[in-house]
Parts: sequence; structure tokens; C-alpha cells
Amino acid sequence: MEPARRRSVVELALREGAVVSVHTGTHAKVLDRLRLGDAAFRQLTRAAAIAVLLLLSGVIVALIEGSLPAFRAFGFAFLTTDRWNPVTEKFGALAPIYGTLVTSFIAMLIAVPVGLMIAFFLTELCPQWLRRPIGIAIELLAGIPSIIYGIWGLFVFAPFLQETLQPLLIETLGNVPGIAPLFSGPPYGIGMLTAGLILAIMVLPFVTSISRDVFEAVPPVLKEAAYGVGCTTWEVARYVVLPYARVGVIGGVMLGLGRALGETMAVTFVIGNAHRISASLLAPATTISASIANEFTEAVGDLYTSSLIALGLILFVITFIVLAVARYMLLRIERRIG
Amino acid sequence: MSARYATRRRSNAIAMALSLAATLFGLGWLVLILGVLLWHGLGGLSLAVFTQMTPPPGASGGLLNPIIGSLILTGLAVAIGTPIGILAGTYMAEYGRYDRLTSVVRFINDILLSAPSIVIGLFIYEVMVAPMGHFSGLAGGVALAAIVIPVVVRTTEDMLTLVPNALREAATSIGMPRSLTIMRICYRAARAGMVTGVLLAVARISGETAPLLFTSLNNQFGSTNLNAPMASLPVVIFQFALSPYKDWQSLAWTGALIITMAVLALSITARSLIRSGRQP
Repeated sequence: MEPARRRSVVELALREGAVVSVHTGTHAKVLDRLRLGDAAFRQLTRAAAIAVLLLLSGVIVALIEGSLPAFRAFGFAFLTTDRWNPVTEKFGALAPIYGTLVTSFIAMLIAVPVGLMIAFFLTELCPQWLRRPIGIAIELLAGIPSIIYGIWGLFVFAPFLQETLQPLLIETLGNVPGIAPLFSGPPYGIGMLTAGLILAIMVLPFVTSISRDVFEAVPPVLKEAAYGVGCTTWEVARYVVLPYARVGVIGGVMLGLGRALGETMAVTFVIGNAHRISASLLAPATTISASIANEFTEAVGDLYTSSLIALGLILFVITFIVLAVARYMLLRIERRIG
Repeated sequence: MSARYATRRRSNAIAMALSLAATLFGLGWLVLILGVLLWHGLGGLSLAVFTQMTPPPGASGGLLNPIIGSLILTGLAVAIGTPIGILAGTYMAEYGRYDRLTSVVRFINDILLSAPSIVIGLFIYEVMVAPMGHFSGLAGGVALAAIVIPVVVRTTEDMLTLVPNALREAATSIGMPRSLTIMRICYRAARAGMVTGVLLAVARISGETAPLLFTSLNNQFGSTNLNAPMASLPVVIFQFALSPYKDWQSLAWTGALIITMAVLALSITARSLIRSGRQP
């Protein structure tokens, strides 16, 4: 703080106050000005806070307004049919919704156990001096832009899967009764499984860093008591730390799920953009966000555009619910920790 | 008893091995992705990338116009988003720390913070691109600003909350009006954290593609007109990577490398700022 300016403001008020008997008017004027500025600043910040509210309500209103033509034309059937035909202008959202849910499910299936194990490693096993660097490295995974995951997935990861993992899955799990349809068909490389795996990598840092934070917040007394009665490190983590941190972990998982559901670019590159529902995880499919990204600028006709905006609305509603639950859970554990 | 103990020890060893494996697995992806990026992108990195326009298919060229476009869009987004974000965060931490509006805004802001960015793109398309009748750099900047705001609100509120009340009391006791206390005392005390918030926001938006696809779109020419479509690095990468031309694909890799390095540098700077800010 430069001293000259500080003097100009604070001392101004004091100095004017000192000469009150001579210039009563000046005194009042300065105080008035300060009071006015004070009130103006307060209202300005308040207006900015309200602007944040308006931003979200604006998003909701704009999406609802934009999707009205589609819902008017197709009604509730928009949610339950999987036809997507721009030529005849018949649209249904089921295939993208299905793709979104399946890819996110695959992502969480991998990211949650791996993320929890990394958090366990970071809080219980890792030597102190390594904790910070490893934690930062995992978090950097979240910093890499999603388009990088996309280009990497398309040129490196998908061909790799096509040659190695996918033929292996088809030969082994493809013959197991019950789950065989999930792993049938040719190995395309791109498809739901690839998209799910990339999403898993992208979501991993969210699950890891929140789990680590809540694990670290577990009172040491509890852990010491468990060690005192002879528990192993794993037993302490499994039966003391995890149950205590459960709510926070669920919050972190939901936050990651919100990310996976809405992720666009990485998925767009590797999903294959096929509007159909296939039993096989190896088949090309589409997700809500990938459909919008791929088709929006090329959509001709109001109904086509409106159907894509309706997809956006559906995505927003799903993620809103997931994120709201996540925040609620995290808020609960914050209150408990104090 | 000893058999049971052996089982417990074994499962403990297995769990530890698994957690180590999981950590190596996570770190492996980082190394793998960065390695591939360097491998593919480094070869194309030359002075021409920064001095020439994007080429037509089959010709050589650089990424000058998307780099400039990205800088303009990011600057615009920060210029619009930062003041709103800081003011909103100020209200939440200073004026209405315990009132109802703050808790509602905090909840909504957290939702916005992780809302799918493509939905923000659709929103800006509806309110700006459709009424104006054409794609524009301005719309792209506003879309990115909508992503900047929640990040800045969050860090501003957090950092101002950490400012000790004694500072505010001292300022008030010498007769300083509230608004000056905030601007002269609290902002300065929380400066490192607030700058970090802006840096994190810039890191976040510099790789954003989805909201730009239908707002600023793309421009083959070196246009700096905010009222016209504007090129940006992520969109050019998207377009070039999915093209069948080898030259374009290799430029896409180079662009990807540039973005990633910029983003990682920003987030590491932000982290070290937080760290140095914590130490008095």
C-alpha cells in the first residue's frame, strides 16, 4: 500500500472533520460522499452476486425456450425413442442418453476404485516428501484440456485398444454366457468402451483429490485407536477411514460423475457418432454432448436445431441433479469436520 | 490364530500392492499423454508455427491466427468475467457472509463451476448468436466469460474469508468506510489467492473447445474483428485433427502441445502462488 494514497483517503475524512467548526458544510459533504460511495459499492457487489443467479436462470430459460419446438413436435416420445433422422426430421433422444449413461458408468466403474486406492496410498503409505509431488501430478491430469484427451484418444489410444485389448475381450469375455453380447462384434477401436476408458482417466483426479482430502480429515485419534487394538493398515483404511469419510467420498464421486456426463470433446473424438443403441460396448455410439458438438453447426431446419438444444436441456437437468446431490453430500461432511 | 493373522497380513500386503499399482497407473497416464504429445508435437514446432497463418490442405503454414484468436478470446473473457466474479465473491465474503442470498449464490455457483461447458455454448448461441444472425468472436468471449465467473467467484470468496477480521476492525476503528476497507485492506491481503483464481480460470478456458464451436466458430483468415467469426487454437485442433490431411494433423499435434504446455505452466504457477501466499 503506497502511503500517499492512504493518507489521501483516510486523512481526508479526519482532516475535514477537524475543521468542522469553520466549514460545517464541507464536513457533511465529504461524509456524504463517502457514505454514497460505500452504498454504491455494496449495491454493485450485490448486483454481481445476483448476476451469477441470473446466469444460471438464463441458461435454464434459454434451453427450455430453444427446446420447446422439439418437445411440442415429439412430446414425451422424444425421451423414449431412438430414431434420429435429420432427413425426415424425426428425432428421439434415447440413443444419446443411453450412450451418455453407459460411458459414464464405465468411467466410474474404473475411476472410483482406482481413485480410492490412490487416495489410500497418498494418505497412509506414501512417504511424506512424495505426497505433494504425486498429488500434484495426479491433479495435473485434470488440468490437461479435454481436447488433448480427444486427439490422443483418436490417434494413439483407440488404435492401441483395437489391436490389443478389444480382440482379447472378444475372445475371452465374448464367450462367457450372459455378458457375451457386451463384447461382441468387430474391434472398431472407437466406441463406447474407448470413450468410457478415456473418461475414467479424466475423472480419476476428481475422485482422488476429494477422497484424499476427506481421508486426511479423519481424526487421528480414531486411526490410532484402531492401530492400538492391532488393526493392519488396510483394516484401518477399510473399517475406520472409509466409513468415516463415506459421505465425502460419495460427494467426490458424484462430482466426478457430473464431469463424465457432460464431457464433450474427448468423447466426440472417439465415440463414433452413431445414433443407435447397440448391446456391444465395442460398437460406435453417441452421447448427448458429442451429438451436439458434431451436429449443431451443421443442423439445418428449426426442428433439428431445437432437438439438439433439447438434448442439451436433458444433459443439463441430469448433471444439475447429480451435482446438487454431490454438493449436498460435501456440505454435510464439511459441517461435520467443522 | 496364527493362520488368521497370516491371512490378515496377506490381505494387507495385497491392498498395499494394489494401491501402489493404482498410483503408478494414474501417473502412467500422465507420462504417457505428455510423452505422446511431445513425440508428435515437438517435430512440428518451429518459428513458422508462430508467424504463419493456417494453411489450406497440402500446404505448409502455421498457427498464427488461431493463437492470436485464442489470446483475444481469453483476454475478452477475463476482462468480462473477472470484475463480475470478484464483485460477487466480495459480496459473499464481506457483506452477506451469513445471509440467504449468499448461500443460494454459493450453491448455484458450485453448479455452474462444474456444469457441462457445451451447455454454456448452447446458451450463448441462443442469446447472442441467433439474435445477431452470425457467429462472432464477441459471443465466444462471453461464453468463456461465463466459465471464468464461477471460478473467480469461488476463489475470491474463499480467499477473502481467510483474511483475519482484526484487519477489518483496525481499518474500521480509524474511520475507514467499509468499501475502502475492502478495496484497500482485504483485497491486498488476499491478492495472491485472487490472482491464483484468475490464473486457474485462464488455464481452464484456454483449452475449452465445446463452448466455442457454435459461438466464435473458426476463421481461416487472420481476423481480429470481434463481430466476425474468430479462429481459436482448440477449435482449429478439433477441425485439423479430424481432417484426412497429414499436414493439418501434424499442425493439430503442435497446437495441442502448445496449449498443454501453456495450461500446465499456468496451473503450476497458480499453485506456487497459493503456496507462497500462505506463508506470511
